[in-house]
Amino acid sequence: MGKVFSFGAASDHAARVDAVFLMILVIGVFFFFLTQGLLVYFAVKYRRRRPDRDNETPQITGNHVLEIFWVLIPSIVVVAIFYYGWRVYTDQRIPAAGATEVHVNARQWLYEIKYPDGRTAINEIRVPAGKPVKFILSASDVIHGFYLPDFRVKMDMIPGRVTTLWVQPDRPGSYQIFCTVYCGTGHSNMLARLIVMPQGEYAEWVEHGGREGGEREPLAVRGERILTGAGCLNCHAVDGKEKIGPNLRGLYGSKVPLEGGTIVTGDEEYLRESIVDPGAKVVKGFPNVMPTYKTTLSDEDIEAMVAYMKTLK
Amino acid sequence: MAEESGGGKGYLAERGWRSWAYTMDHKRIGVMYLYTTIAFFFIGGVFALLLRLELLSPQAKYFGNHTYNVFFTLHGAMMIFLFIIPAIPSGLGNFFIPLHIGARDVAFPRINLASYWVFVAGFLVVIGSLVSPMDTGWTFYTPYSAKTGAAVATLSFGIFLIGMSSILTGLNFIVTIHKLRAPGMTWHRLPLFIWGMYATSIIQVVATPVVGVTFLLLAMERLLGVAFFDPAKGGDPVLFQHFFWFYSHPVVYVMILPAMGIISEVIPVFSRKPIFGYKAIAYSSLAIAFLGFLVWGHHMFTSAMSPLANTIFSFMTFFVAVPTAVKVFNWIATLYKGSITFESPMLYALTFIFLFAVGGLTGPFLGALATDVQLHDTYFVVAHFHYTMMGGTVMGFFAGLHYWFPKMTGKMLNERIARVAWALVFIGFNVTFFTMFIAGVRGMPRRYAEYLPRFHVENVISTVGSAILAVGIVVMFWNFIQGLRKGLPAPGNPWRALSLEWQTPSLPITENFLEIPVVTDWPYGYGKPKGPDA
Repeated sequence: MGKVFSFGAASDHAARVDAVFLMILVIGVFFFFLTQGLLVYFAVKYRRRRPDRDNETPQITGNHVLEIFWVLIPSIVVVAIFYYGWRVYTDQRIPAAGATEVHVNARQWLYEIKYPDGRTAINEIRVPAGKPVKFILSASDVIHGFYLPDFRVKMDMIPGRVTTLWVQPDRPGSYQIFCTVYCGTGHSNMLARLIVMPQGEYAEWVEHGGREGGEREPLAVRGERILTGAGCLNCHAVDGKEKIGPNLRGLYGSKVPLEGGTIVTGDEEYLRESIVDPGAKVVKGFPNVMPTYKTTLSDEDIEAMVAYMKTLK
Repeated sequence: MAEESGGGKGYLAERGWRSWAYTMDHKRIGVMYLYTTIAFFFIGGVFALLLRLELLSPQAKYFGNHTYNVFFTLHGAMMIFLFIIPAIPSGLGNFFIPLHIGARDVAFPRINLASYWVFVAGFLVVIGSLVSPMDTGWTFYTPYSAKTGAAVATLSFGIFLIGMSSILTGLNFIVTIHKLRAPGMTWHRLPLFIWGMYATSIIQVVATPVVGVTFLLLAMERLLGVAFFDPAKGGDPVLFQHFFWFYSHPVVYVMILPAMGIISEVIPVFSRKPIFGYKAIAYSSLAIAFLGFLVWGHHMFTSAMSPLANTIFSFMTFFVAVPTAVKVFNWIATLYKGSITFESPMLYALTFIFLFAVGGLTGPFLGALATDVQLHDTYFVVAHFHYTMMGGTVMGFFAGLHYWFPKMTGKMLNERIARVAWALVFIGFNVTFFTMFIAGVRGMPRRYAEYLPRFHVENVISTVGSAILAVGIVVMFWNFIQGLRKGLPAPGNPWRALSLEWQTPSLPITENFLEIPVVTDWPYGYGKPKGPDA
């Protein structure tokens, strides 16, 4: 039923958000006309006609059945709305497998785009249609926003950490990107576009165009170079064995047991945090002896290392 | 109690600036708060009109982007901290709490006066910050607020002082309501305005220190370089948002609960009917105050909280809707079989219900996760909170001003002009803000000095509406001034209301009552007694 109500929705998810929107709208309009209809009806019907008979209004002070009824009905309605809002949201937060990855870093007042193969761009993201796209978001100075109105999604871009967002663009086209977190004088001019290309055209663009970045060392290759050079392999193995620290192969996407019993998912943010602040989440069985690399490695280096670790499957 | 002294000197008898600056009369302190907060309402309103002017065209035309950002920051900060939060509690609350409960004054008159002067110190510091005016939005989000060249530390110190004044007032009211009720004034005979004020005061005392500390941390970050929120030095910028909303979400109930109290007073008087479901309205105020502390995360669904935290906050948020809906149902049920007249206080009270219903029913779009992720930080949010804060709180404030004008000034208002003003306000408000829902759904982000041409039509309509709204408000206040200058003398009880303040003369005397009244019934006994089984 999603398709029926799609107001220019650019993805299935967007159509599902529109369906939730419509459901809340129908419920809202119903209750609005119910309550305000009664308000207007009572105001007209019981307007004062005989001032001398003011004191003959019935002394109604309440009605328990009615009151319990109108506590229960809204309670049920709001739980239903909560449920549908939550369902659609949750489905959207779990990234689809095999997504094309695009790194987006925001600074006052532009978006820096970086593709895994090293190409770069400003304020323009190109992706193939029909395949899920995962945006890996970061910010250099203040908090920014990444809002794709046609896809009905947004995510804040926060300095010092990595956030993610994914969409599945079905139709080729050019879609608006807005910054939604106030970031200073140029906030309203911080615009970008997501260009969804037919797959053939995209392949051709990757082959012949898209060289504006100059440097084309793929991110993961650069990551491997840095990881080796920074001495990480002295303590961490990449072949599945355990050395002083936990093994890195297969770490990305796995469930990591921590000291104290909690289990976290080894996502981009976990990997990044473990490099800059190794003591924050200590893996069970590996007392923390690792120094922080916060000052020795740049954000770009760490980003590349994480990209490399993701290839160690 | 003397009816004949209508239009007499009452509490205004003393003259000279000393009689105001050193007064410990809660009524005079309330009046000083009212004048001060209304002045900031007008200044904040001028900023709003300048914003609407700039938004007439998609490109910046009259002033630059930075100036626009300063204006929306000052509009928000002044309206919130210097008008909506203090206007009803510190203004009308100060004036009417002791009169409502049959007391001679608040429990601590000296603290009451101190709270006003701390408030003055606060707004002077706020005005001082204009040397390098703020451009962070009223939300002060870090790291931007830690980096900008504006006088963030000065403004936050001003708001710190205003928060202190707010705490003093809240504390004073809690003690007053507990300890100074007249003989026979049991909890279930209290006017519902008092229940609203009581719930509000609790929030003020519990939540305000948090924002005070938050602003201190921000000032330390700016002045001493202690990086609580700076990620480059190990701080967490999102932590600031948690601190900020832990105060700033409950504070929306500081704004709305007293207004709801006013509506609960006005509706029965002009319907000649007892309030429907007294206990439900009274306890729902406390329920809202309590639940309001558990939902701050719904301002941060896109701030990279875990999906589980988002889920919990979304679920809790929906339960604030229930006690709010109950109040609306009860007010409408009060009208049933009444004998209703439509003087200006009643018009504003009904307008409150109407506009607040729109504000309330657009809340679930923002409480539900899927739709909030779409609508967060768009004009939909701007429309939603103006419908609740201006359509709700400010309409409640206007209802209160019209309702209590005879009591506070000893003069009657020109009812015909009041109705013209009401019609302009009602039309202007809806034209201005309903259009913003549409702009928001179509994807227009908030806090944009310049926007894409596709949003042009909405913005022009909105600006036209704001002009109508402004004319309505000017007419309303012109009517107040005319009423003050040459209004007919007000009788003690022009609305034939049963609550205690109307049993005093207009103007009430210093210390309110010659003899403390003995209360034998609740204040809503309108209409015909039910008969033997009553």
